[in-house]
Amino acid sequence: MNILKFFTAGSVDDGKSTLIGRLLYDTDSILADQLEALQSSNRKNDDGTIDLAILTDGLRAEREQGITIDVAYKYFQTEKRKFIIADTPGHIQYTRNMVTGASTANLAIILIDARNGVVEQTIRHSYIVSLLGIKHVVVCINKMDMVDYSETIYSSIIEKYKILAQQLKLADITYIPVSALKGDNVAQTSENMDWYEGESLLHFLEKVDTDSLDKSQLARMPVQWVVRPQTEELHDYRGYAGRVLSGTFNLNDKVTVLPSGASSTVEKIEFFDQALDAAHAGQSVIIHLKDDVDISRGDSIVNASALPQESKLIEADLCWMDTRALDTSIMYNIQHNSKITKCKISEILHKVDINTLEKHAAEEFKLNDIGRVIVKTADALAFDLYDDNRANGSAILVDPRTNLTVGALMFRAAVE
Amino acid sequence: MSTYNFDYLDELEAEAIHILREVAGQFEKPALLFSGGKDSITLVRLAEKAFRPGKFPFPLVHIDTGHNFEETITYRDQMVERIGEKLIIGSVQESIDQGKVVEQTGKNASRNALQTVTLLDTIAKYQFDACIGGARRDEEKARAKERIFSVRDEFGQWDPKRQRPELWNIYNGKIHKGENIRVFPISNWTELDVWNYIRREKIDLPSIYFSHERDCITRNGQLMAASPFLNMDDEDVVERKQVRFRTVGDMSCTAAVESDATLIDDIISEISASKISERGARLDDKVSEAAMEDRKKGGYF
Ligand SMILES: Nc1nc2c(ncn2[C@@H]2O[C@H](COP(=O)(O)OP(=O)(O)OP(=O)(O)O)[C@@H](O)[C@H]2O)c(=O)[nH]1
Ligand SMILES: [Mg+2]
Repeated sequence: MNILKFFTAGSVDDGKSTLIGRLLYDTDSILADQLEALQSSNRKNDDGTIDLAILTDGLRAEREQGITIDVAYKYFQTEKRKFIIADTPGHIQYTRNMVTGASTANLAIILIDARNGVVEQTIRHSYIVSLLGIKHVVVCINKMDMVDYSETIYSSIIEKYKILAQQLKLADITYIPVSALKGDNVAQTSENMDWYEGESLLHFLEKVDTDSLDKSQLARMPVQWVVRPQTEELHDYRGYAGRVLSGTFNLNDKVTVLPSGASSTVEKIEFFDQALDAAHAGQSVIIHLKDDVDISRGDSIVNASALPQESKLIEADLCWMDTRALDTSIMYNIQHNSKITKCKISEILHKVDINTLEKHAAEEFKLNDIGRVIVKTADALAFDLYDDNRANGSAILVDPRTNLTVGALMFRAAVE
Repeated sequence: MSTYNFDYLDELEAEAIHILREVAGQFEKPALLFSGGKDSITLVRLAEKAFRPGKFPFPLVHIDTGHNFEETITYRDQMVERIGEKLIIGSVQESIDQGKVVEQTGKNASRNALQTVTLLDTIAKYQFDACIGGARRDEEKARAKERIFSVRDEFGQWDPKRQRPELWNIYNGKIHKGENIRVFPISNWTELDVWNYIRREKIDLPSIYFSHERDCITRNGQLMAASPFLNMDDEDVVERKQVRFRTVGDMSCTAAVESDATLIDDIISEISASKISERGARLDDKVSEAAMEDRKKGGYF
């Protein structure tokens, strides 16, 4: 059994939390004591039925205001699959929390309120989905119960969305008309919409194939920790511990260590008490090399015949996530896998207007702004392009004054 | 290419190991908070997988309420002996003796809330900058909101409205002096995942997780182990029951469930069929809708 990680996006009140509540409810994933707590809660729907959104709106402030502020993670499983869901906030002010939930997902559900159609937040979130390279998108036209389950309304919204999807180069999109509140087409196909011939959301999620997320087959492992027991019997033991980001390391593979450029060969791969023949993407292992090379945390071990790029000047998309605006005159810390170095944003190439998706020149970069910049780093980074290799093509910016995570970077090119 | 089968437990395990190694790499003085429960026992196994044959780059820290199940303490001491790592004990009794906290009185008195003070004191005393814990997001709705690296201020407080963005698998461990980070490597595991992992890894557990006979009383609709730590009066009727525990905490606030499950397979089928959540057996969560959030804001794990 494998895990599908997905998240819900869309504007405030489009019904994201309700949809997740409905998925959990209809798959029998809500336990009796939680249900009891729901029933005794004073947040109810207008008709007195339980408000499923409070299943994920776990903070006091969220329940008081009836909105989602931060991501909630929920878990359920069916016979076919395990699911990890991130319920993200729709409010623009909390976009950074939406990006948090989206960054680890491999599928996005974008909700649209059938009464309102595509609105600014739909565009913003769809844009973020495309930036983050999330390949699978399900667009749920929600609250169909409030528009008499009208096919015409549904069709006109998806026609609009298709234009947006084309602009954003979102490829794999599935459209489903639903009512999160009533459950139509959520776990079961609905009798209220005979005209819809597709499957229910749950059914779709159970079988969508999300393998081969990253095209890259190139072996990469950032070193997180050097294991050196320094005991008598393990006097010379020196193992490099890390998680394989992509590709496969086999015994005797030729590898290069970056940034030093030293070459060596994989001598041994260990996983706790097992010796492995190979380490694959996703596995956390310990690698031993034949030669005595100097390696410490922050270095990468990579396939010697397909090196990543190395540069101190990188063009990247930036999502700004702090209330304090970007300051191009100060130094930030950039964290790229286990490597941390200083950097500056040396140039803002453009900012994207979320309404029109047009790029324009900008001096300023404020909370929730998205655009293209050039990052100048103190030490060179060994990276791949985000579109080829999510894990090795992304980084965060940390403000040394506040220690806050202030930016998300997706590498697009090395600047010559 | 060799075939390889990477199932969901492997994925959760690899993620947790990655997080533990990030803690080792990013902090000066981390600690692993060990409660004696199945989640922290799982963490110890994950730490072995992350760092062996080396030593753990952190000690284990047990915040001891003094109201323990004997079986937990026996287990703890044997485990520490087996793995050969350092154990630091923070004692709630000591905090009481020093007058830092006052023992609760009344029928529902428990030391659960007092732990927080002892925990914060222990963190301050040893200047821990990161504390690894076994909390999971599926346990409770406030926990469902917490980051894997969760910043606490000098007073141990969690501010749910000002959490840092946490992107991809990059964890920002930068903090100011006095602050610390709580780290939750098994955030994405469910109760069932933990049990399946324990079965797969053949991990030993304290015997109270399995069915046994015990004197119990019924309190607020729940079965509590009769013990000197529970304030009992004439109304309390002691009954002998066949029970086990789903979580292990302070004896005065951890409820038992009636169960015949003596083997791990029995437990897994019991949980799969169960309609009650694990924290449903914790009286401390029943106080109000935001009980956990409030305790977390105050520095609770
Ligand atoms: N009639 C109807 N109402 C719905 C439906 N889905 C959600 N709602 C209602 O819409 C309101 C907002 O729903 P939420 O699920 O909280 O919306 P959200 O998208 O999570 O909002 P934020 O997280 O704050 O962005 C609630 O009152 C829901 O009951 C639906 O399918 N039909
Ligand atoms: Mg919501």
